[in-house]
Amino acid sequence: MHPILAHQGRLLPYLAACAPLAAIVTALLARPGGLFLGEAVALAVPLTFAYAFMGLSAWYPCRQLPLTGSKALPLVLTHAAAAALISGFGVGFAALLSRIYDLFPVFRGLPGRFASQSVTLFAAGVLLYLLAAALNYVLLALEAASEAERREAALAILAREAELAVLKAQIRPHFLFNSLNSISALASSDPPRAQQMCVRLGDFLRKSLSLGEKTSISVGEELELSRAYLAVEELRFGARLEVEEQLDERSNRCLLPPLLLQPLVENAVRHGIATRVEGGRVRVGVACGGGRVRILIENPFDPESPSRPGSGRGLENVRQRLAARYGEEALFAAKRLADRYLVVISVPMELPA
Amino acid sequence: MTEPGPAASAIPVLIVDDEEPARSILREHLGRIAGVRVVGECANGFEALRAAAELSPRIVFLDIEMPKLDGFEVLELLDPAIAAVFVTAYDAFAVKAFEVHAVDYVLKPFEAARIAVAVERAKTRLSGGAAIPAGELHAAARPDGTYLPRVVVRDGSRVHIIPVEKLDGAAAQDDYLALRSEGRTYLKQQTLSSLAAALDPRTFVRVHRSHLVRLDRIARLEAYGKGSHVAVLTDGARVPVSREGHARLKELLG
Repeated sequence: MHPILAHQGRLLPYLAACAPLAAIVTALLARPGGLFLGEAVALAVPLTFAYAFMGLSAWYPCRQLPLTGSKALPLVLTHAAAAALISGFGVGFAALLSRIYDLFPVFRGLPGRFASQSVTLFAAGVLLYLLAAALNYVLLALEAASEAERREAALAILAREAELAVLKAQIRPHFLFNSLNSISALASSDPPRAQQMCVRLGDFLRKSLSLGEKTSISVGEELELSRAYLAVEELRFGARLEVEEQLDERSNRCLLPPLLLQPLVENAVRHGIATRVEGGRVRVGVACGGGRVRILIENPFDPESPSRPGSGRGLENVRQRLAARYGEEALFAAKRLADRYLVVISVPMELPA
Repeated sequence: MTEPGPAASAIPVLIVDDEEPARSILREHLGRIAGVRVVGECANGFEALRAAAELSPRIVFLDIEMPKLDGFEVLELLDPAIAAVFVTAYDAFAVKAFEVHAVDYVLKPFEAARIAVAVERAKTRLSGGAAIPAGELHAAARPDGTYLPRVVVRDGSRVHIIPVEKLDGAAAQDDYLALRSEGRTYLKQQTLSSLAAALDPRTFVRVHRSHLVRLDRIARLEAYGKGSHVAVLTDGARVPVSREGHARLKELLG
């Protein structure tokens, strides 16, 4: 539907804007050698408003043939044909009116006088059509602009939702509920350990929430988060979980997007250590040099245990975030060997200003 | 003459969970419920099957995510007369499947009263309730459009894990399925429909009411009598193809 008709309150100003045009058409008809002023007014006013409505129909050819991107010939031909058609209608409408007016004594003989004005009126109709077409193009441009704005706003919301999903995904429900269950168990069998687990879980949640809000955190902070996570899991898995850190002290200050390492360490536990009856050792290595930071996470897994849902999503999330931040400069590789899983990341080294 | 003690008449219960704290809280709650007795605890699926054979529990509390065999696979291989109660931390798809099949499940963490309810429900099932359709449940517990990556079979005390890539097909034989893989045949108590539902229908085709075949194992089709066919498999085996099966094959092969 046409935007002027679609919104209440737009039609009246539009018709009001047509009033000066009616005056111009009146002046054209009443010029010396033309009609009497009264006759000109009686014809021009209804005619202009008829044009006003017909002009709205120019919306459709305008929308079909945008000014940029349409070929010139069809554009000109279409509008010329539409102008001739609408103008022709207008002239016919005026001729009909003049015959009706002819029935009244005041307007006696109008059809005869009108005949000489039909060419003028046709020309005026073409001009009015072009004016209407121009107006429609302006409206279309405005609509496209607001549509683009809306889309941009929608995209911004989508991007934020994706980011939120990332943050929500960090504290995975499986981990949380299992930890709560462990606390519930330890509460009666080993109260000091239950207390310890509450503290460790709280520590991990606090760190996740505060670090997740930042755009960059240091390798040191990220490792602290991973350690907080592993401290909880140690209470759950007992002797099954071992951790080995190989840390290049210089890399502690390097900056990374937050919550990059911890989800990978969590994957290593959930999809690796937890699948093995005897458990195993998660190796986390961070090194820097040559302008790059390199991260390695390695864990054993039992190829004969059923795979658990969710590992692909976590890895994909890390891959996407690395690509968004570093583009081609980021290297991410996840490799499944016979009974070991290896994730390697290499990104350009960034240091705090 | 002495009355048999409560321990002797108590229902034997097995706990299966890979985390020690999770087992301990179940043990604690179950210990306070009259009429049941915890006879064993296991930390993985293989242990669970062995313990079930040795200790003859009538109720099993079963974690889902475990090493070796998950809770669904254990259920498929357990004696169907055993009442299983699933215990899980978080698994939307499993929970949906439990609801659909009216299977009792307990979410971690839980209260003692919830375990008592689970025991009562399990007792009701023991006294004449229908067995859980393990195969259907396992198939239903997966996200839509995903299928089982492997099939588990029990052969006496041995458990065989057949990855679907190595499964040639299955044939219904009375209450059993004969699964064929790498030249061997394995028997499993399951219906062909529930196996078919758990496998990718683009890979495994129900060519006959009692035959399921891996599509890429079919070497050729031979006409056999009026309207029916025989599929000759790559290993030379011959499988009857019904009219409907033939239509299905034609649709898949284009």
